[in-house]
Order: sequence, then structure tokens, then C-alpha cells
Amino acid sequence: MIPASFDYVRAATVEEAIDLLVQHGDDAKLLAGGHSLLPLMKMRLAQPALLVDIAPLRALSYVRDEHDHVAVGALTRHHDLANSPVAISGASVLAHVAGQIGDPQVRHRGTIGGSIAHGDPASDLPAVLLALGATMVAQGPTGRREISAADFFVSFFEVALAPDEVLVEVRVPKSSPGQWGFEKLTKRAQDWAIVGAVAVRSSSGVGVGLINMGPVPLRASGVEAAIASGKDAKEAAELASEGTEPSADFNGSLEYRQHVARVLVRRALEKVGV
Amino acid sequence: MSILGNRVLRREDPKFLTVGGTYVADLELPGSVHVTFVRSNMAHAKIVSVDSSRAKAMPGVIDVFSNDDLGLANFPTIMEMTNAAMTPPMLASGTVRFVGEPIVVIVAETREAAADAAELVVIDYEPLPVVIDPVEARKDEILLFPEAGTNVAFTLDFGGDDTLFDACEVVVELTLANQRVAPCPLEGRSAAAHMTADGRLEFSSATQAPHGVRDALVSFLGLEPEQVHVVTPDVGGGFGAKASVYQEDIVVGWCALRLGRPVRWTETRSESMVGLGHGRAQVQHARIGGTRDGIVQAYRLDVLQDSGAYPGFGAVLPFMTRTMTSGPYKIARAECASVSVVTNSTTTTAYRGAGRPEATAAIERMMDVFAREIEMDPAELRRRNLISKDEFPYTTPVETVYDVGDYHRALDLALEVADYEQLRTEQSRRRLSGDVRQLGIGLSCYVEITNGLPDGEFGAVEIRPDGKVIVRTGTSPHGQGHVTAWSMLVAEQLGIAIEDIEVIYGDTDVVPRGAGTMGSRSLQIGGAAVNQAALDVIEKAKDLAADLFEADRGDVVLDKASASFHVVGSPAVSHSWAELAAAALAKDGGPLFAEVDLASPGPTFPFGTHVSVVEVDTETGKVTVLRHIAVDDAGRIVNPLLAEGQVHGGIAQGVAQALLEEVVYDLDGNPLTSTLADYSFISAAELPSYETRFTETPTPVNALGAKGIGESGTIGSTPAVHNAVCDALAHLGVRHVDMPTTPMRVWSAIEEAAARTNAKGQG
Ligand SMILES: Cc1cc2nc3c(=O)[nH]c(=O)nc-3n(C[C@H](O)[C@H](O)[C@H](O)COP(=O)(O)OP(=O)(O)OC[C@H]3O[C@@H](n4cnc5c(N)ncnc54)[C@H](O)[C@@H]3O)c2cc1C
Repeated sequence: MIPASFDYVRAATVEEAIDLLVQHGDDAKLLAGGHSLLPLMKMRLAQPALLVDIAPLRALSYVRDEHDHVAVGALTRHHDLANSPVAISGASVLAHVAGQIGDPQVRHRGTIGGSIAHGDPASDLPAVLLALGATMVAQGPTGRREISAADFFVSFFEVALAPDEVLVEVRVPKSSPGQWGFEKLTKRAQDWAIVGAVAVRSSSGVGVGLINMGPVPLRASGVEAAIASGKDAKEAAELASEGTEPSADFNGSLEYRQHVARVLVRRALEKVGV
Repeated sequence: MSILGNRVLRREDPKFLTVGGTYVADLELPGSVHVTFVRSNMAHAKIVSVDSSRAKAMPGVIDVFSNDDLGLANFPTIMEMTNAAMTPPMLASGTVRFVGEPIVVIVAETREAAADAAELVVIDYEPLPVVIDPVEARKDEILLFPEAGTNVAFTLDFGGDDTLFDACEVVVELTLANQRVAPCPLEGRSAAAHMTADGRLEFSSATQAPHGVRDALVSFLGLEPEQVHVVTPDVGGGFGAKASVYQEDIVVGWCALRLGRPVRWTETRSESMVGLGHGRAQVQHARIGGTRDGIVQAYRLDVLQDSGAYPGFGAVLPFMTRTMTSGPYKIARAECASVSVVTNSTTTTAYRGAGRPEATAAIERMMDVFAREIEMDPAELRRRNLISKDEFPYTTPVETVYDVGDYHRALDLALEVADYEQLRTEQSRRRLSGDVRQLGIGLSCYVEITNGLPDGEFGAVEIRPDGKVIVRTGTSPHGQGHVTAWSMLVAEQLGIAIEDIEVIYGDTDVVPRGAGTMGSRSLQIGGAAVNQAALDVIEKAKDLAADLFEADRGDVVLDKASASFHVVGSPAVSHSWAELAAAALAKDGGPLFAEVDLASPGPTFPFGTHVSVVEVDTETGKVTVLRHIAVDDAGRIVNPLLAEGQVHGGIAQGVAQALLEEVVYDLDGNPLTSTLADYSFISAAELPSYETRFTETPTPVNALGAKGIGESGTIGSTPAVHNAVCDALAHLGVRHVDMPTTPMRVWSAIEEAAARTNAKGQG
């Protein structure tokens, strides 16, 4: 519970943060809200030699209406996202889910960028971004690039960011309020999901995302295809566990998690009128 | 008008709500060094070698010690009752027996340096087979102490009657898990020690029993009682787990003696989860029998207690379970026997209720199972079997004598507040409609024992020359509100405002004796001692006043409204408390004071009924508590606000055991729940607003008429919630789900019942 010693730098700009990442390579770690990284450091599961604190970069904390999409700055805290009028009207599912993360302390520190860059399959926002077909914007030494949510989550705790890249923005196609369903099974309000499911209806169909059903957040493409072919929620949800490989622990066996995924997907689909 | 019975706000709170408390870790100790323990990461192994050389060479490290360096005796057995071959050394030597057992102590200039150095201690282990399940341990195949030849640490066996159930028309039995839980006080263990200029060891401790800590330091470190001074700054909860002294405390004291520098230690949460004693941890087998029309005639409880690696207080707690075997019921024949075994896990100890919640959990679950078997409403079954109010004092089949109670009244009131009939109607409606969310209604009628240990308590009241009062108490509050309650008791007797009363505790120099705060004992013995001291000081004041008035002593009266004494019939001439304190000083050169060592008048038996209403999502197995109704009777209530606070916290912990909390080990003995992310410590978000009521049936046992209230909430709530969960599933063919009733466990029980029904349907 006491981290190993480390150096600490407060980055004044994104560019400075990137420079430090370039200089220090694997020894450096970005620090945003610290609500995933610091627990790992305290248990000495992570021992970065240098922490580059980007939390003070408030310019990267915003929620903007950009015509066809909502742009969320990577350092936007969960609490701010949950309460943003722009998010509530243009990406209400994202605002709602941000408001369900952990507890108030977590939501006042944790950021959307940290949540996504951490690559934890048990986190809530990644699956929502998958279902929404979001785009991540990363900035590196040579400039910015866009990465689709579908390409972003590579494997267990691994994402498509290069070691010298900073996630700066998340772009979410607009969705209508009331056109989504989100279901999360936890033991306690503050817990990570044992299993979670999200369904979002858009002009291109219904997107379905799964939380904690494998090494990465998943898109339930079988369910999506079934809906597209006219199946009802109950029938489509039966496909929710297809191809999933959730881990087993004392909160849920593989069999239990797969069952719960089917139940939660059905409930989420019912909320979007499937 | 009496101040007693009023909702007097806690005098303790303004500090906590503004500047905050001062805990051991907050104490300023210039020049202090920090202690860190290197703990075993193996559940059972021979220590082949320990290499501390690199740690010792680290900058900032002062010294590194192992058990051989200490030269201290092993911890003694608990009350000389447990197996003498199973005592723990101060630091593990030769063999480690659980993950978290301290092996090496590092002393460093900073906490961080000590933590870094700990990583450099190389311990070579030779793994031994591990036994975690007490049922396996009982087989004596894997032994923790081969020289003992058994894993059995303690047994209670008063023989058994083979004919116990012969007269019963219906007999049902069940094996129940009363799972291992972690007490989780918000403040973990913490100690700071230094030698004073005059050569005394001053020791600050986050404890429930400062005098016990002093006595332990004296005996282990070979000091004289006058050489040790123990103080408790604010203590952030204990729940029983801080009632005993730990090896780490003694080692901290030893380091201060050895190094001559102030030494401090504050455990981290991860350490606390494996080092602080755990609670409960019983496997129970219960049998209940009676007539088809609902008269319970016989009951037998067999307890297998998991003691953890070294038998501590937990090993002997079945004694308390046995004391409360038959609960609030008139059962003609009841027996309880127990076996306590050691396993490769954290030692178990007292935890809020300490042996009694386990008894209540068993009998209350069995009452429900029996009711279901004879198809009787569980409330009706309880009503038919409760001891009636005119049967007290009541002696149970295990020879426990209950002082006084009105159990039916508590049951009736709880059912009325709950609107029980309406709840059952709603439940039927949901059952008929096949609702995904089924309703469960659970009852628990409990009786428990408080102030169950024989210790007396110290109390003193002193009137200062300025008319203010100093109260000293041997209890050691750590959240309970004794400052408020003891002030009220003294104010009531002396007529002095509570603002003018100071309550001192937790300092062995100022308070000479004390047993501390545990077992819901404090008000009825510590409060009663202070109350008696107040009465005694009034008598002394009357002597002094009689002299001043030159009147007959018998004619002197205390007018509480004006806080002064006068001669009966002439209130115009009076002497204040301050004047009498001055008179005392003038007369014998000492203060006006009285001190009392009150012998324990014996235990009391609080009781009540809790009703829990839960909703179970039958598709996911998730349980939500909708309502919790608690009717508690702790005799006379001095301050309902404080009593409710105890009930509220108790219910939270009790609900947590029923629904969420469990210390889990893997088969190799690795703890899987050593952070609060993994261990499901309950929060307000999981709990409804409680509906609490008190009935007051004063006990004749003590002058205050008071019983303990500190543990009732925990004892009463767990079975109510557990029964509610099982009740919600009963129509689905589920007979029992073990605690904690987590989503997966509930879902699995529903699935298994469905599979059984299907198999039957086909067969
Ligand atoms: C008690 C508790 C409960 C929680 N419950 C939930 C829950 O229910 N659901 C849920 O989804 N999450 C939960 N979380 C996690 C929470 O949402 C975290 O805030 C989030 O996972 C990480 O965000 P952060 O800003 O704190 O990131 P940090 O901890 O600061 O960083 C996490 C990782 O991301 C990297 N990183 C951070 N920002 C960037 C960036 N802009 N670009 C590139 N890399 C970056 C860091 O280097 C680090 O590796 C919980 C956390 C706690 C402590």
C-alpha cells in the first residue's frame, strides 16, 4: 500500500507530456485521475520511474457539440461528463453511464481518457464507446490520428496507443435520448460490473456492447445481426454470450457470467424497443 | 425533569466534524522511526532461511530483527483453555502458518524506506500442505502443529442425549455456513512507543482495552506496571478485533526499548485485512424437532469453529454460542457442542456479537426451515414458542438464566410496523404473477447476552474547586459516545450541567484500572460504576455540608435544579458544589471525590425482533434490501440517539454478512479478499433507511436498568435478511442458500432447484 519511489512532473502542455514520454520511454507513465494507476502503484504492481501528471491540463476537459458528434476531452472527469448538458442531450447514454461509475469520489477524479487508455475490460465506458461506434483521437510526436473504438481495445489492459501518445479526445456520434439501455450487475453500488450490457439505437441499427465478458470490451455482433434480421429481444439476446470468454472468479463463474450477459442484453434491448 | 432518555447530541462530534480526530498515526513524535513487518506470502511452509542483509544495508534502515533477536516468549493460550501446543511466537520462527504472519520486523527512518526494504528481505520457504477448510482440518490429515498431533484447539462437549428427538413428530436438519468475515474498522491497527526521560515506556495504541495492552507489555517485556503508560488517542472503531493485544504491539514496544528512539507502526489496509483478527467462521450443523402444530421440542447445534492459524479469542467463542443455543424460545431440550480447529488462515477473534450472532443465525434459520416443513407461517411459529414475559428469570436447557424480557411484545410491534399481513399479500401477488422480482420477508427474534464476562469496572467522580466535574472511567470508547452518556448520568445525579463535566478515559496513568469496551458491557457496568461514584460523591458532599450548616446530616438535601445543598426547609441558605469542593480541600487537603470498583452484577439479555423485506431478481440472483424493521429492547435507554447509532451501525454490518461480506481463500491459502475492492464492505448505497423502535423492559440486574445495545443490531439483522432471501425463493423449491447470498449463489440455488423439479417431473 506504499508505492515504490518515483519522480513526478506536472506537464504544462500536451506537447510537453509527449516530449517526456519520448524521452523516458517505458519508464514514464501518464497520470490522469489516478484512480486506476495509483492503486496499482500502491500494491507495487506498477512501478513507473516517472509520473507525468496531465490532470492539470484543464484545456482537455470539455464536452462540445460538434454537429454530428459530441467531442469529449480526454481529461473530462466522469462527474463532469455525467452532468454536461451537451452530453445529456447528444450522448445521453454516455452521460448516464459516467454517472454510474464507482462512487462520487471516483467520479470526481477519474477521467474518460484514463478509463479508456487503461484498457480494463471491466470498465464501463469502453463498451459504451464500442456500441456507439466512437472514435478516439490520439496525439503523438508527429501529430494527431484517429482510431476507431473497434480497433482501440487490443487485449487485456492493452490499447492501440503508442507509448509516446496521449489520448486527447473521444468523438461520439450523436444519439437520441431514450434510445438506449444500460444494465450493470454489481454486488455493491461502487463495484465494477460483474457483467454489464449496453444497447444503443441509431440510424444504422442497434449497437450492443458487453462489459467484463472477455479480455477486452466486446461488441455483441451476433445480437446486432439478429436484430437486423428482425429477431425480437429475447431471441437476439440468446446470442449475447456467443464467443465470449469471461474470466471466472468468486463473483461469477463463466457459466454465470454468460447467463447474466444474456439477461442484461435482453433487458437493454427491451429498453430500446427491440 | 430528567435528562436521561433524551436525545442529547453527542459531545464528541463537534471535534470530529470540524478539525477531525487525532489517531495514533497523527501523533507528533519527533525523531520517531517506523516499523514495517515482512509477512509470509505462503499459507503453510517451513522457513528454510531468511536473508535480511540487503534490507539492512538500505539507506534509511536502522535495523532488522527476527524472532531470535527478540528473545520473547510465545503468546499464551487464551484463558488457558486452548491447546497449549499451539501458541504463536512474536514473529514466525521455523514455520509459517498463514499468509500475513509477521516474520521479520524492519525499523527505518521513514515508512517508505521500511516498505522498500521489506521488498529486499529474501525468505526461502519449503512449502507444506495447506488446509483452509475447517471440515478438512478436523480430519487431522494435514497438521499445523505436528507436535500437538491434532488440529483441535478447543472443545465443548457436555455429552448428548440419544433420545433428544424421540418425541418429535417432525425433525429437520441443515448444515449452515456462518462465514468468515473481516471486522474492517476504518482505522487499522496502530501503535507508537517511546521511552520518557524518567525511563518509562509510553505506548499509544488504537485499542479497545488500554489496561490490557499495559498488562501485556508489562508481562512480555519484563517491566514493572509503573514503568508502562498506555494511552489511547481517538480510536477509529474496533468491533472486538481491537480488544486483544497483537504480537505486533509487543514488538513495537520491544523496538522502542531496544533502540531508545520513538517507534511507530500503522498497518496498511492490505495488512489489516490479513493481520487483524477475523470474525465468525463457523460451520454449523443444526437439528430441530417438534410437533406438527408448531411446538418446538428439541434442538441440537454442533459447531465447528475455524480458529485460524493460532487459537485466539475466536477459538473459545463457541462458548458464547452455546450460552445462547436455544435463543428466545422455550425449547424443552437443547444441546450444543463444539470443536475448534486450526487452519492456515488468519486467526479469528471477537467480532461484533462474538459467538452470539452465530447462535442466533442457526436457531433463526432453523425456525424458518421448521415452519416451512410444517407449513406454518414463520411469525406464528415464533409466537407459539417464545418465552412468555411472566416466565422470567428463565433458565434454558444449557443453564443460561435470562434476566427479563417481553419477547412477544417486540415481535408484535415489529410485525405491526412492517405491516406483515400486507407484505405477505404482496408476496403472494408476485408469486402468482411469476414476477421476475420476488419479495422475501424474513424474521429474526433474538436474545443475546451482554456484559457476559466477569470483569467489574472502575469509575470515579471528582468535583473541582471551580464546580466543574472530572469523570474517570475504565471503559475505552471508540465511537460509542461514552463522553455524552456518562456526562448525562453524572449530570442527572449531581444537577451539574453536562458542559461542566469532563470525561477522561484511555490513559492508564489517570485511570488506574479498567477492562475496556467490548461485549456491549460499557453502560451497564462502566456507566453504572460512574453513576455509583456520583451517588457516593453526593454522600461525601452531604457530610461536608452538614458541617458547614452545623446541621444534622440527615437534613441536608441536594437541590438538583440549583446544583446546591441546603438544609431541608431552608433553601435560602445554600452551598454550591464549588463551595463544598473548597470545603473538602480545607478539611482534608484533598479533592471532593469518590471512586468505585463496581463488581459485575452479572450479564443481561437484550432482545428484539427484526423484520427484513428484500427483493430478489430471480434472473440475476441480485438481492436488494427494501426495508429493515428493528425492534430492540436494551432495557432502559439513557440516550436514544446513541442507542440508535449503535443499532444503525450494527444493522449495516449484519446485513453485510447476510448479503455480501466473506473472506475468501484459494486452495493454496492465498487470501482473495485483502483489499476493499475485493472484500465487499457494505456502504450506505446498499442499505435502506431503517425503521427502528425500542421497547424498554428495564433489567433488575443493575441500578440503571440498562442492557447492552452495541451488538444487537448485528445479531438481530443477519438472520432476518438471510431468512428473507431464502423466503423469496421458497416457492421456487429452494430450501436454503448459504451466506453471503451473493448474486451468483442465489442464482445457482434457483437453477439447482429448477433442475431438481424438472428431474422429478420427468421421473
Ligand atoms: C473504488 C473504485 C471504483 C471504480 N469503479 C469503476 C466502475 O464501476 N466502472 C468503471 O468503469 N471504472 C471504475 N473505476 C475506475 C475509474 O473509472 C478510473 O477513473 C478509470 O479507470 C481511470 O481513469 P483515471 O483518470 O483515474 O486514470 P489513471 O489512473 O490516471 O490512469 C490510468 C491509465 O491510463 C493512462 N492514461 C490516463 N490518461 C491518459 C491519456 N489521456 N492518454 C493516454 N494514457 C492515459 C495512465 O497512464 C494509466 O496507465 C473505479 C475506480 C475506483 C478506485
